[in-house]
Amino acid sequence: MSLWLTLAVNSIALGGLLFLLSAGFSLIFGLMRIPNLMHGSFFMLGAYLGVTFLDKGVTFWLAALLSGVAMALIGSLIERFLLKRLSGQELPQVLLTLGFSFIIADLCLMIWTGDPWQPATPAELRGALQVAGLFFPIYRLAIVAVAVVVAIALWLLVDWTRLGAKIRAGVDDPPIARMVGIPVSRLFTLVFALGAGLAAFGGVVGAPYLSVYPGMDAEMLPLALIVVILGGTGSLVGAFVGSFIIGFLFNFGQAMFPDLAYVILFLPMVLVLVLRPQGLFGKVVS
Amino acid sequence: MKIQRRTVLKGMLAASAAVAAPPFLRAQPASFKIGLLTVKTGPLAQGGNQMEQGILTFLTEKNNTLAGRKIEFISADTGGNPAGAKTKAQELIERDKVNVILGPLAAFELLAITDYVRDNATPLLSIAAAEDVTQRKANPFIIRPSATSAQCCHAMGDYAAKELKFKRAATISEDFAFGYEQMAGFQRVFEDNGGKVVKKLWPPLVTPDYTPYIAQLSNVDCVFNGFAGSNPVKFMRAYADLGVKYKIPLLAGWTAMDDALLKSLSDEAIGVISAAWYSSEANTPSNKRFVEAMQKNYLTLPGGYSAGMYVAGQCVEAAMQMLGDKADDRTALAAALHKVSLTDTPRGAVKFDSYGNVIGDVFIRRCERKGGQLVNTVIKTYPNVSQFWTYDEKAFLANPVYSRDYPPAKNLE
Repeated sequence: MSLWLTLAVNSIALGGLLFLLSAGFSLIFGLMRIPNLMHGSFFMLGAYLGVTFLDKGVTFWLAALLSGVAMALIGSLIERFLLKRLSGQELPQVLLTLGFSFIIADLCLMIWTGDPWQPATPAELRGALQVAGLFFPIYRLAIVAVAVVVAIALWLLVDWTRLGAKIRAGVDDPPIARMVGIPVSRLFTLVFALGAGLAAFGGVVGAPYLSVYPGMDAEMLPLALIVVILGGTGSLVGAFVGSFIIGFLFNFGQAMFPDLAYVILFLPMVLVLVLRPQGLFGKVVS
Repeated sequence: MKIQRRTVLKGMLAASAAVAAPPFLRAQPASFKIGLLTVKTGPLAQGGNQMEQGILTFLTEKNNTLAGRKIEFISADTGGNPAGAKTKAQELIERDKVNVILGPLAAFELLAITDYVRDNATPLLSIAAAEDVTQRKANPFIIRPSATSAQCCHAMGDYAAKELKFKRAATISEDFAFGYEQMAGFQRVFEDNGGKVVKKLWPPLVTPDYTPYIAQLSNVDCVFNGFAGSNPVKFMRAYADLGVKYKIPLLAGWTAMDDALLKSLSDEAIGVISAAWYSSEANTPSNKRFVEAMQKNYLTLPGGYSAGMYVAGQCVEAAMQMLGDKADDRTALAAALHKVSLTDTPRGAVKFDSYGNVIGDVFIRRCERKGGQLVNTVIKTYPNVSQFWTYDEKAFLANPVYSRDYPPAKNLE
């Protein structure tokens, strides 16, 4: 019983973190039609930047925000000056993002060395709630709260603002959106920056419990991919639901069938690809 | 190595000088080449960089001269994979014509090149731990001055059963050979001394969050973990966050509590008891020099990866001294390396068994905070531990190699 409860709470916490990672990935995928293979690198680079800010004495949440802003800037530059040149050529774009993921990985290794870094949990969220002899680390519950706040903010942005309407139009049908005067290419830059910033923010928020280390990028990218394929590209609801499904599958799968942990993680993705290729909440793109 | 005109000219000058020079100057031998197979890119780079720092510290201390010979040091980055290790080993042996190879870091890299170095008669001093390389598949060209996977874990099993009086243990380690061999060694000695291993967990090498595994640990006296790389940092934080740390004492292998890792850890590591073949606290003159130089040049407390390469350098020097001007004979060098016996290395006294594996001290340490810094304080030393522990060598080798299923875990619940 206690095992299941611990796992359930932890599933939700991991789901929250995965949402921060994959929300931007999903929007980029939906709008630009390419999987951004740098996304795990943004997460890792963001976490490293956050660690550096923390080292300089910045408070935790400010460090997360600063890192997010810095990464958004870097992301927009990459989109504006590199991806844009290849616009419409999906394969070269994907290759470019892949190449950049290697460059970022080696840069991180040069700057932050190979040693793992694990920032301290923010003081006000340290410790654990003790219920019936079970420990629930407060910080992980806080991650869920942060993820929900971000989800609501994104939902308001995408569903209730003019900008959001343009993004949705771009996701649904870029040529028509262009035709009615929506500056789709500027949207690309904006969404790319937003996605990069969110990933970096997620990286810092996740750092006290995942730690930061070389290779983290390659661990996080597949998780973002499964979440988005499961939920449907370009769909925030999909990313949200997908994140929690994967959070639960990851935790319960590893506890109950450790030998099949990865099969359980990827099986739903395979099923979705076969039965509903657009994902649970995705729209069919002609 | 490129042959440049200038090199040729220098050579000609030297040759003509040799004719004219008095005889004692004539015996100026070519430089002795040490090649390092290490990892400087990718997830394993942390240990790889430390390896290079260790050997560079040694060579700097020796003024780049061992046994009167100038040393040429060549470092190669394998990228941390078997194919890269093979390519770089070929470069070192066939192009650079090195006299001896140090490294590589990972077991699968070592396994990819063991036959190749034997066929090319080049001695190799490994830090990778794969048991059989110095046991059932021992190879006259491979020397291991660090330890086999289980060498320290045997001692940990002994300490847990006899001194800590633990009866029931759970083990947790990555789902790969280094993990299996470590856990098997612990289990064997722990159970031979009356303990029972009641649970063995194997998280995949890549596990973002260890909570699902830690949540399964209950009703045991201790948990023994054998994580490596950056995984122990994640694991120990989760172990403390979930409150298990306050209920079940944590034991660790050498990679999980390496001294070089301490700077990445915090209060969650306090109280963890580990078994290691190197301690930065060891009280030998060479260790004092080594630790001081590492802290000065690389701002870090050295751990096993760098100490292993420093010791490897000492072994090469000792073997060269033994051979005198025959040190260029690689087969003789490999044989001499087996006979090396040193009293002053950073890890203490070192000698080798006939399979090329080190016999040396194993330290049991408890992690504490001293003056604000985390340290692994040595609480017991097992002297002259061999890879066979106290078991008979023949009987040991008649058994299958340690694995996930051997020795069988009969007490699982």
